Amino acid sequence: MTHERRSRIVWALCVASAALAVDLSAQTLELRWGGDAEGGAPFVEADANDPSRVVGFEVDIATMLAEGLGRTPRFIQTGFTTIDASVARGDFDIGLSGIEDSYARRTRLAVTVPYYRFREILTVRAADATRLRTLADLRGRRVATLAATLAFELLTAAEKEHGLTVVPYEDDVHPYTDLAIGRVDAVLLDEVLAERGVRHHPGLTNQPTSVGVGYYVGILAPENTALRGRIDEILKQAMRDGRLEAIFRRWMMWNDDQRDLYARVTADESGRAPQPQTGGASDLSVWGATRRYLPSLLTATVITLVLSVLSMVLAILVGMLIASGRVYGPAPVKALLTGWVELIRGTPLLLQLFVIYYGLATVVQLPAFLAALIGLGLNYGAYESEIYRSALESVPSGQLDAARTLGFTDRQTLMLIRGPQALRLALAPMTNDFVALLKDSSLVSLITVVELTKQTTIFASNIGSWFVPGLVCAALYLALSLPVSHLARRLEKTWRRT
Amino acid sequence: MSVLAVRDLEVRRGLRHVVRGVSVDVSRGEIVAVMGASGTGKTSVLRAVAGIDPIAAGTVAIDGLQLSAGPLPRGETLRQLHRRVGMVFQFHHLFEHLTALHNVWLALVHVQRQPQADAEKKARALLEHLGVGDRADAMPRELSGGEAQRVAIARALAVGPPLLLMDEPTASLDPARRGELAATLRQLASEGRTLVVATHDEEFARVCAHRVLIMEEGRVAR
Repeated sequence: MTHERRSRIVWALCVASAALAVDLSAQTLELRWGGDAEGGAPFVEADANDPSRVVGFEVDIATMLAEGLGRTPRFIQTGFTTIDASVARGDFDIGLSGIEDSYARRTRLAVTVPYYRFREILTVRAADATRLRTLADLRGRRVATLAATLAFELLTAAEKEHGLTVVPYEDDVHPYTDLAIGRVDAVLLDEVLAERGVRHHPGLTNQPTSVGVGYYVGILAPENTALRGRIDEILKQAMRDGRLEAIFRRWMMWNDDQRDLYARVTADESGRAPQPQTGGASDLSVWGATRRYLPSLLTATVITLVLSVLSMVLAILVGMLIASGRVYGPAPVKALLTGWVELIRGTPLLLQLFVIYYGLATVVQLPAFLAALIGLGLNYGAYESEIYRSALESVPSGQLDAARTLGFTDRQTLMLIRGPQALRLALAPMTNDFVALLKDSSLVSLITVVELTKQTTIFASNIGSWFVPGLVCAALYLALSLPVSHLARRLEKTWRRT
Repeated sequence: MSVLAVRDLEVRRGLRHVVRGVSVDVSRGEIVAVMGASGTGKTSVLRAVAGIDPIAAGTVAIDGLQLSAGPLPRGETLRQLHRRVGMVFQFHHLFEHLTALHNVWLALVHVQRQPQADAEKKARALLEHLGVGDRADAMPRELSGGEAQRVAIARALAVGPPLLLMDEPTASLDPARRGELAATLRQLASEGRTLVVATHDEEFARVCAHRVLIMEEGRVAR
């Protein structure tokens, strides 16, 4: 390439990046707002007529705010549990997704005035309506909720007081489906979700007394106070002129609680009333919260370890069976097992977990831990089988001939000669797999098992920061995986010597 | 009376005929050397007799047990066969994860169901007899070629087969060791064992064998 041509290309690149910069500055005229469309109606969900659009009361509020600011709204999809972190790092200007007011949010983010007041409602099966009316009635029972919410904090407190078991979900749909099929005994969530849950499942009913009260707010990056101030003014104006009421009426969410809320918010000059209800770690310092969360993090570590060890044992058994079938079996068995291995390796572990836990629920309702164990065991079994198969095949065929001439049966040859040598070859990749399994076990949080990563997510969401929880979690995972790697290295050394 | 009677043996490797119509009789206590260039079918004859490769045509009778064309022997036939035939491979094929001693007693315990203490004693005596008693606790990869050769012979002899097949037994031995091996085989023959030895080594064949067969292109030439 000549020097002249190269400088022409550089020049063209400069022009292009200048154009891009102009384009980026034009984006400041947008109001980028983040929410989780998986949360569904009435918050934010994909429009059934045009899935590229979103609809919901949060969409209407975002549109109203953008209009007030003279900007165009742009929706940015983000996971519900990571909205705080995303807005803090500037992925969007404001988060609106049924986000609850809390002290943690107020100390770490710029929080708008509350625009909706909700009650925490207990939902039960209609048959239990007279028996299970309050949290105190739920001793020894399983109560579902959404992780990292006010309802979750209320339930965590009640776990000690009333002896119930909290089952945290990652979404707000499955708590109600699992309640309907009997996997849990009650759901505690805000009334918006409770109403929707009862509408979709005729066998469920909402208890009339509320367990707690919370507020929806918008959240902005902490340095974004100027924009927060303008948004507060727009919200208050919309409370006065009835535009917010119109939005909530359209989504059939209007009630007298909002009238009271709006009266208090618009009367208060500071705009920071009312105080959020708390009961969890969100009002503690980071270190205070860490001390308070440490026991549950350690329990979660034990769950991660037990689940991983049992899953690995299952994976080894499944792997050995598949590998023996593929090495010794007749052609149809070999083909079937090859197909199975490809199916398992070719589809995501997460999908397999969903199919086992939710997909099979109409046929067999596996407890979450068992479903997680089977899912991880079968998935890793497929990978293990490949390790064992290649290890078995790498034992020299001459030794197999020798075994045959000495009169060993195929089974004896496998158990006494081929297997032990293959095991030594397989040890290093098996160790790698076990360490990978320890980490992959975090996926089972999506089917309600509270293991280490899940407990860390709850911790981080409640204190509104990932820094300390992330460090503690990493240290606990390392404490699990380093001894395994060390042990494997020692075993390998010993075997090499013998 | 012949311990081994091979009639019109044919062996195929894929579509290729590697053994075409070999017939031979070997008597008890006899050492027969099978010679010939590489690829003339010496090893294939041994493998077919040992029941490792299938027979394409013809028959093999060992001490009254008849093998014929078809799939590899299984079940009772296989058990009968291994009571009659042992084989020592060119590359020894010792079990890499077991000591020399363990290689020798493994089949005694698991195939012949002898008590382990007896089996170990017998294995140690065999290794002593073959001059590698001091290497009993060594792993296969710690053995020299000659030592591995003798451990492999001990392993084949341990189960006590009347017929012993050996494939290129001198390949990894120096001349002094070849002389020792020839003496060992002569002694085994004098004890009533029958040996068929495939070899390139004319000197060894001349010193050791009672009879030499020359193979060419899958046939016995003389």
